[in-house]
Formats: sequence, structure tokens, C-alpha cells
Amino acid sequence: MAIIVDNTTRLVVQNLTGREGSFHALRNRAYGTQVVAGAAPGHGGEDVEGIPVFNTVREAVAETGANTAATFVPARFAADALYEAIDAGLGTIVCITEGIPVHEMLKLYQYARDRGVTLIGPNCPGVISPGKANVGIIPAEIFAQGSVGLVSRSGTLTYQIGHELAQLGLGNTTVVGIGGDAIVGSSFIDILGRFEADPETEIVVMVGEIGGDEEERAAQFVSEEMTKPVFAYIAGFTAPPGKTMGHAGAIISGSAGTAQAKKDALEVRGIEVGTTPTEVAQLVAKSVSP
Amino acid sequence: MDLYEYQGKELFRRYGLPTGEGRLAQTPAEARAAAQELGGTVVVKAQVHAGGRGKAGGVKVATSPEEAEAHAAAILGMEIKGLAVRRLWIESASEIAREYYLSITLDRGAKKPLFMFTTEGGVEIEQVAARSPEALVKLHVDPLEGFHPWHGRALTFGAGIAEASERRQIERVAAQLYDVFSGCDATLCEINPLVVTKSGELVALDAKVSVDDNALFRHELVAAMRDPEAVPVEERAAREKGVTYVKLDGEIGVLGNGAGLVMSTLDLVAAAGGRPANFCDLGGGGGAQGVVDALEVISADPQVRAIFFNVFGGITRCDEVARGILQALEQITIAQPIVVRFDGTNAEEGRRLLAEAETANLHPEPTMLEAAKRAVELAGLEEK
Repeated sequence: MAIIVDNTTRLVVQNLTGREGSFHALRNRAYGTQVVAGAAPGHGGEDVEGIPVFNTVREAVAETGANTAATFVPARFAADALYEAIDAGLGTIVCITEGIPVHEMLKLYQYARDRGVTLIGPNCPGVISPGKANVGIIPAEIFAQGSVGLVSRSGTLTYQIGHELAQLGLGNTTVVGIGGDAIVGSSFIDILGRFEADPETEIVVMVGEIGGDEEERAAQFVSEEMTKPVFAYIAGFTAPPGKTMGHAGAIISGSAGTAQAKKDALEVRGIEVGTTPTEVAQLVAKSVSP
Repeated sequence: MDLYEYQGKELFRRYGLPTGEGRLAQTPAEARAAAQELGGTVVVKAQVHAGGRGKAGGVKVATSPEEAEAHAAAILGMEIKGLAVRRLWIESASEIAREYYLSITLDRGAKKPLFMFTTEGGVEIEQVAARSPEALVKLHVDPLEGFHPWHGRALTFGAGIAEASERRQIERVAAQLYDVFSGCDATLCEINPLVVTKSGELVALDAKVSVDDNALFRHELVAAMRDPEAVPVEERAAREKGVTYVKLDGEIGVLGNGAGLVMSTLDLVAAAGGRPANFCDLGGGGGAQGVVDALEVISADPQVRAIFFNVFGGITRCDEVARGILQALEQITIAQPIVVRFDGTNAEEGRRLLAEAETANLHPEPTMLEAAKRAVELAGLEEK
């Protein structure tokens, strides 16, 4: 098993006819993901290398039995696209788009949650379950199949840690990039809960960064609700307050959101925090082969 | 994007919120003219994106135009928390009876807008929250439902506002402030203090507004309020080139692909005993021109003594980044040594290209840790 995406995933790509959409959809398909449809208003009846395109997500679902969406729609139109995907009855939506206004996300978060939809992102690299399916822009070749669940707010840093794990002979059940915005559809806790319930996942690595208090909440969740070992890495110890470090959510406001506060919150709950990406991979390796 | 007080008040007035009458001044003469025009006692207020202006001496009362001019001369050019004062807001003084606090922020944890209201205004809200948390009324608003009048009543009755006219005024201000918040895509709208004058009128005496950068495309008026001079020169140059760059105050220039990886790189530099000079994210693409632009911005910082270029290839290909580095070295003179660490997609090819170029100031390293140490070492050598 894996979480969120696997062999049963039937993907519809929103804005499949766009440059990013087609590039990554074809990579996802080449990896083995069932990319069954594209949605792009005005492009119904076309196809992208054999993937049929529909005008609406609703049609795509009716014709192909799609159950998951990947959204590559530009920021100004992305919120509308996400409502369309939710209203079409899709249970899982992975939104890659960067730059969606936070007020839109406040509403979408609530809307998706009220309907039991799993929304990953926005501004995220996607989700990969090695050997099963890849949805989004994650370079699949870095990750091996295995028993480590990996959840992260950052893209490249996730690749770095996945790479370090692979060097040590460790693979992943699923790698989830939850995104670097202030409001994202799924938080650490949502993903940690799913890894806890997944029988194939034995260990979890969470990769956090400055801003917000999701890592602190996750620390409490791990100590109270999880039986599986969790290791963590936090980026941004040298980040100054008040400066946004690349991600919209990576900002220290007042005294809240510092890397040190997150590290302390995790350690006090017994979660080991690696000081470098290399060290966190080593901690995992040590725990599997004592 | 943070707005100045006078800009925040301009938005407030558009939504009907009561503010004092004032004028913008950028010279002492303008301050004098503003005071003359307004008449009576005025307050001369430094406009900077920082709190604690009063304590820093950036807010002064003037009883005559001459005094306003003198205060303006003293405050203009002053530095408050490292920010130079270049603008003043001259406002008619209000006769204050009581000072309250009202704000709406984005509560990231609850994923909802959060109202905060207290009758203990005029001080930092963190102090009130710490000293007398029971005096602080907090109230979430469902973003799908928006504001309803009961939210206003929950705030006023919650804070024990007894007088009916005052209560209704506050409730109206709360509704208007919510309109500013949602109507302008704000992430913060704070009035501290929200004063009750001796004649029982409410006035927003200060305005602190931050607007979501991602939503500026639909708020032309707010977007035009951006003060390009409020950010360091290097950041301005970077922004023009489309490079994500934040100036820090160390001596190791850092760039890489992906915000998380770059933050992690800054930490490794610090752990190796160095101080990062900047945060610079090439983003997903990392094409040759992006690399040239970023290196140009970083190497132009006179404090930078070594550069650490950290790339993990995914969609970004290391060979393409290597070509960008070589192109940059041809186009611009970079005096500082550049430590390069490549991993991931086409890393070997990238390393080979750099090695073949036989450029003296390129230093490839196999891992992030070793590269960080090397960069710190080279920055030290430069000093001698």
C-alpha cells in the first residue's frame, strides 16, 4: 500500500494543453501513472499524445472514471479550477500552481474539507508512491521503493533528503510535498495520520521550515496519536524575522515560527531532529539497523 | 506587502472607517504647510514599516506650523529599526479619552480570519495577551460565510463595552475593517490605538495593513502604493531581474534552486562558522540566463567574499546550470571564489563542464557539508 496516489489512481490533468501541464503529465504517464484525461476549456475533443482532452472536469470524470486531479492552471484561474474539480466529485486533488491568493485558499480549504476531499498543495511538487504512481513534478528517478514515509513543505529539499535516504539503501512508500504557502489543503498532521494508518509505512520523516506552527502541532500529534517512529528536519535557523524566505509561508512573524521553536517542540516530544539533510537520513538508517 | 500608515488610512477611508485628517510631507517645508492647512495642534509621524515609532522618537506633537517644521527636520532621515524615514504623516491631533485595539489577521493554524479586540489599546498586543489574556477578545470568522453583525456584538459585549453609541460605532468599525481585509486581500488590518475621543467619536489613530503579494494583480490601487525605495538596493535590482533575493548581513553569498534547499544551505554555512550574505532562489527553471542574473546580483554585494552555489537537479539540470555559470563568468567579472555543489539530474555532466573550463575561481565540492566548509574557508582566505 501507499497513501494518496497508487495503482488505482486515475488522473485527470487540469490545463493538460499548457506547457507545464503536458510536460509533466507525459512524465507522470511514462512513470506508469494512469493519466486518463485532460481538462482544458475550449480544447474538448483534442488529445495530448493519446490522452483525451475534455472541456470540463465533469465530462472527463464521466467519460474516463478519473478519481484524482493534478492542477497546472495559472494562479489567477486556479481557485476556479479547484472548485470545478471538487464539484466534479474527485476525491484527491494535487495543486501544483504557485501564487494563489491566500484569501482564495481560506475558502477552498474549508470547501474541500467540508466535502471530504484530500487537497494537496497549492505550490507543491506533488505526490509520488515509488513503483506505483507519480502525480506532479517530482523527479521520480531520485526515489526508491521502500518503507519510509516522507512529508515536506519544500520541493528540492525533499529531493535532497530522498536522495540521501536512497544512498543509504532506504526507499519510500509515499513522498508528499504539502507545499510552502501559508494555507495549504493538507497539513503535516493530515499526512502523518495517513502514514500511521498505512501498513507498509514503518518510519516517517517530516521536513519542515520556518513560519506558522504546523510543526509544533505535528509534534503533539506524533506523541499522542502515532506509534511509528518519526524523524524531522527543519530549515531556516538563520532566517531573520519579517523576511519571506522564498515560500509565501516561510516567514517569522513576531516571536512565532522560528526554526529553533519548532526543533524544541519536536524534541520535547521525543522526536529526533537532524541538523542537516544528511544527518536526518543517517538517523533513519540507524533506527532500521541498530 | 506592507503599507505605510497613511496608505492604510487611505484604504480605511475608502471603506468608510473614521480616520483623522492629515497630509503627507516629505520635506520640513511641506510639513509646515500641512500643519498650517490643518490648523491647531498636529502630530508629526514617521512613516516606516516598523513598530515602536513613538519610542524611537518618530512621533511628535506640534502646536504650531514652525514646531511641525522643526520636528519634521529632526525626524526625516532618522533611522528606526534600520529603516530610514523619508515620509511623514501630519495629522490633526485627536482629544483622546480612551484607547482600544482592534485587528483582523490570518490565523494560519485555524485557517480562518481572526478578530482581536481589547479595551487595553495603545500598547503592543503581545503585551496584553501575556499580561491580561482575559481582556483580549478573540473571534474567528468562517471564510465561506464572511462577516455577520453578531461578530461585532460578540467583540463589544465580550470586551464589556457598556455605552450604546460607542458600542454601535465599534461594531460598525469591525464590519468595515472586515471589508478592508477581504476586499483588499489583506493578511493583516490592525488599528492600534482605536480611540474614543472626548466627544465620544471613534477614530482609527493608526493603521497597519499588509496585503497578499499574490493578490496584487487585482488591486491596482494598492499595488501602486509599493515604495520601491523601502527595500535594499540589491533586492530591487534582483526583483527587476525576476530573481528571488533577500539581503542578509554576512560574507558568504548563497544561491541554489528551491526555497527549502536554500534555507538549509544558509543553515549549513552558519554551522560551518560563516555568515550568509543573502538568500537567493533560482526557482524551478534554473536556465542559463537566470543563473547569470543571480550571480550578477550576488557578486555585486561588496560584503560578499565567497559564493556558495548549491544545486540539486530535479527538473533543473545541473549541466544547464554549469553552462549558466560559465556564461556568467564570460559576461561579468566575478572576483569572489565560487564553490559549486551539484547533485541529482546530470550532476556528473555539470561537474565535467566546470572542470574542463579550468577556471581558477571555481571550486567543486561533492556534498553540501563539504561545500559549506570550503566556502567559509575561502571567505577567510580572501580576508588575508
